[in-house]
Amino acid sequence: MGALVLAAGDEFTPPTAEAFNLPPIFGWVTKPILLIVLSVVLIIGFFLLSSRKLSVVPGKGQFLVESFYDFGRNNIAREQIGSRDFLRFLPLILGLFSFVLVNNLFGIIPILQFPTMSHIGFPLALSVLVVYPVYHYAGIRRHGLGGYLKNQLVPPGAPKAVYLLLTPIEFFTKFIMNPLTLAIRVFAAMFAGHLLIMLFGISAEFLLLHGDGITKIFSVFSFGGAIAMTFIEVLIMSIQAFIFALLSANYIGAALAEDH
Amino acid sequence: MILAAEEYNPVMPHVAEIIIGLIAFLLLLWVLRKFVVPRFEKLYEERTAKIEGGIEKAEKAQAEAEQALEQYKAQLAEARTEAAKIRDDARLEAETIKAELRAEAEQEAGRIVAQGEAQLQQQRAQLVAELRADLGRNSVALASRIVGESLEDEARRRGTVDRFLTELDAGADGAGARN
Repeated sequence: MGALVLAAGDEFTPPTAEAFNLPPIFGWVTKPILLIVLSVVLIIGFFLLSSRKLSVVPGKGQFLVESFYDFGRNNIAREQIGSRDFLRFLPLILGLFSFVLVNNLFGIIPILQFPTMSHIGFPLALSVLVVYPVYHYAGIRRHGLGGYLKNQLVPPGAPKAVYLLLTPIEFFTKFIMNPLTLAIRVFAAMFAGHLLIMLFGISAEFLLLHGDGITKIFSVFSFGGAIAMTFIEVLIMSIQAFIFALLSANYIGAALAEDH
Repeated sequence: MILAAEEYNPVMPHVAEIIIGLIAFLLLLWVLRKFVVPRFEKLYEERTAKIEGGIEKAEKAQAEAEQALEQYKAQLAEARTEAAKIRDDARLEAETIKAELRAEAEQEAGRIVAQGEAQLQQQRAQLVAELRADLGRNSVALASRIVGESLEDEARRRGTVDRFLTELDAGADGAGARN
């Protein structure tokens, strides 16, 4: 950041949100759309190839695939939804986890270098059009519309007067905010992370090319910052994918639960 | 974001991206649901079945072995009891046979002794009768010769002989009683 201030005298322009406005490659097809398609091809290929010849006694490769599958299955889906119903929702949870994870990781893969989820349209499609209907539908099917609404909006155990406040809050949370926050969380993390890496990268380049004398040396710190941010981003990308799948499973589990 | 509001707003979703994102994800979901998850779940079921089957098999084998052992033990105990019973029976039988034989032998001995005694008695009686007849005749003959006269006279002879025999009997009886 110190380097930035030093460089402010020149015509340094820090990256803005405009950097995410990618022009169409052809027609309406943009880079994120190509990346989304690529991610689906990659994930489907990975799962289909790795699950082609599964043996009861796993080899090394199968063990790794199984570890990934088991993480989605046991640590996310079964933990949140419960062992009775989780198998029905396992494809969804596994899909969300791998889909978000791969698209996030695109942000640090050379050439691709763009986290698809930093375009809010994609996480919104997942949360509002997939997760949101799924968990409400599951809850209504389990408890009936009235029972489900009562479960969700009138959690038992509070004094009667509190419901005047509690029920609107619950409604706001569960029917409006949950899908939006789910999408915004991963979008904002990816957006900010990519912006930070760009900032470090561009400033390092600017310092190196336009810095005079001793300020060139500071570009080393900027490069170092870009590399460090990349490592942190890997962590954040994985965690965001995990959280997305975890919260989706959590909403489903809460909708299916007998009482709040 | 406020800065970028004039030209590009990152919070405003592109409709094309929503549609493509949804279609892409639904395709992925379909593949996972149709192929991937069933394959893995089938594998897990097989694995569980194999492990449980192995445990079950081992338990069954153990139970069978235990049962066989029980059976052998029971058979062995039965055989031992049987042997003891046979031995006891044999001993009892031997005893019975011995007792029977002894009784029989005693009876036989008694019978032989009784028979001998009876025979002896009979012979003695016969001898006595014979002797008595001989004695009477010989005595008369001798007495006739000594006296020189015939004791043919019926009446006298009878009286003499009878008296003699009576005396003889009395003497013999007295001797018998003394014995």
